[in-house]
Amino acid sequence: MELVDFLQLLVYGVVYGSILTLGAIGVSLIFGILGFAHFAHGDLMTFGAYAALVVVVALGWPVWASIPFAILLTAVVAIAIDQTIYRRLRRTAPVILLISSFGMALVLRSVVQLVWGPRDQVYVSGIQLPYRLGDIIIRPDHITIVGGAILLVVLLHLFLQKTRTGKAMRAMADNMDLAAVSGIDAERVIMWTWVLGGGLAAAAGVFLALDTRLHPTFGWHALLPVFAAAILGGIGRPYGAILGGLIIGIATEMSTVWLEPAYKPAVAFGIMVLVLVFRPTGILPGRR
Amino acid sequence: MASGLLAYAVFFLTLAGIFAVLTLGLNLQWGLTGMFNIGVAGFFAVGAYSAAILTSPESASRVGGFEMPFVVGAVVAMLLSGLLALLIGVVTLRLRTDYLAIATIGIAEIVRLTLKNESWLTNGVRGIPGVPRPISDEPLVYLGVVAVTLAVVYLALERAQHSPWGRVLRAIRENEPGVQAAGKNVFRFRLEAFVVGSMIMGLGGALYAHFFGFVSPEAFAPLYGTFIIWVMLIAGGSGNNRGALLGAFGIWLVWSATEMLTGRLPAEWVTQAGAIRVLLIGLLLQVILLSRPQGMLPESRPKPRKKKPLADG
Repeated sequence: MELVDFLQLLVYGVVYGSILTLGAIGVSLIFGILGFAHFAHGDLMTFGAYAALVVVVALGWPVWASIPFAILLTAVVAIAIDQTIYRRLRRTAPVILLISSFGMALVLRSVVQLVWGPRDQVYVSGIQLPYRLGDIIIRPDHITIVGGAILLVVLLHLFLQKTRTGKAMRAMADNMDLAAVSGIDAERVIMWTWVLGGGLAAAAGVFLALDTRLHPTFGWHALLPVFAAAILGGIGRPYGAILGGLIIGIATEMSTVWLEPAYKPAVAFGIMVLVLVFRPTGILPGRR
Repeated sequence: MASGLLAYAVFFLTLAGIFAVLTLGLNLQWGLTGMFNIGVAGFFAVGAYSAAILTSPESASRVGGFEMPFVVGAVVAMLLSGLLALLIGVVTLRLRTDYLAIATIGIAEIVRLTLKNESWLTNGVRGIPGVPRPISDEPLVYLGVVAVTLAVVYLALERAQHSPWGRVLRAIRENEPGVQAAGKNVFRFRLEAFVVGSMIMGLGGALYAHFFGFVSPEAFAPLYGTFIIWVMLIAGGSGNNRGALLGAFGIWLVWSATEMLTGRLPAEWVTQAGAIRVLLIGLLLQVILLSRPQGMLPESRPKPRKKKPLADG
């Protein structure tokens, strides 16, 4: 493989990895606080992407400007789902929440399909003029995606480290009982978990749609690599998800050198199986 | 009219019976042992394709068409589904069940990709036609075949559930450390239950292939297939084989009824019928989980054996 091809695939990999990272952070946070694998996360991404489509089409705003709206609406939907359904199931086994979220995934997807139709869609049609660095091609969308992802991760970092709620959230993920006896309001923290998880999922969905195109099932298909990224980084550890997302993203794109592209989705699964066999706690050293 | 109704009843019962086989397989994994499998459709598809390749007539565009008898296809379908389950089970069954759930999505996805892309084996998206029915083409006869298979699976599972083996599985679900402390190899029991459950799903796939006479990657609608079977089990009552049967027939009735309902929709909504039906079933699952999580027929606790009167002294 020539260096140029390698660098080109690296670009695609970092773009895809940034998207996965945003999804994986949410999955990891929710797992850390609520103790279940959230199977509707991919479909929250789908919902977020379509929420942005509304603004782009109705108001003619550029895609990046529609992201705050998508984040807000998806966070509201995530809280609504939690309050109407998950909250009532919290006292039962966490695995019941897993089943419920699996059902919720299909509900969300059918709602998206009913409202926006089953066809492929794009935010803006037409060809963008790509930037060229030597022989490497970078689309303007790629810069939006990676730049947006970095901005959101930095904001998340500040939230988790500087705010009271963020600290409470980390405390709850570390030790639920200790957090409860030290007077942390669990319901409030859970609500913020859904704001962050849902919001980041929405951004991931918009970015995925920028990179490919909108379809009611595209979020579901991203769920496996998102989970793989979360597991690779150590599920329950949002910072690990960043590393996990980038590794899965880059490995998936690089695999096209020796693997038929049709099998690209299998790469995330392969890596995940290896991690589960050799280091089920994730690649970062740490607890559990 | 009457004959049309009868034909529909036979069609309905045959498919419900096939779903019931799948639901029983899932009940062994989830209901009894507490293992979460979201890749039902993957094992189902492996079974269906194994049976189709072995029993269909020869074709130039792919491997096989071996025209083997029904029983051979069904047995191989079970073996291959079991093998797939063994591979994934060895990796994930030592970890908590969320990992198994995630891994089974991967299995279903890889099975789907393989079926679609390896045309030398599966004829790709065009699928495999001409899968014959055993004994005769008469639908009523095939209903009999499905009914007998279902009965055998049901009786075998009932027996297994009340055997020492089944009691260990239930104990693992309820209290894993306790079972470990009692000196049982938890991993091994889980793996056995997972493999047997997946073999039953493979058998269900074989029954499906012979019923429709045609398999293709799209024929399964993998996610909906898996989802419906989950709803069947939860609605019927996980952990109870009779509940699994009731759920399979009941939810299949509901699902068919939603088809009639969406059939009455105005023309511009027809393309959306599938989404409406999935939405309704998805909401139904939430309602069941919230209002009656134990299902229509809850699991019945095994009665304690009567103690023999203690000998004197």
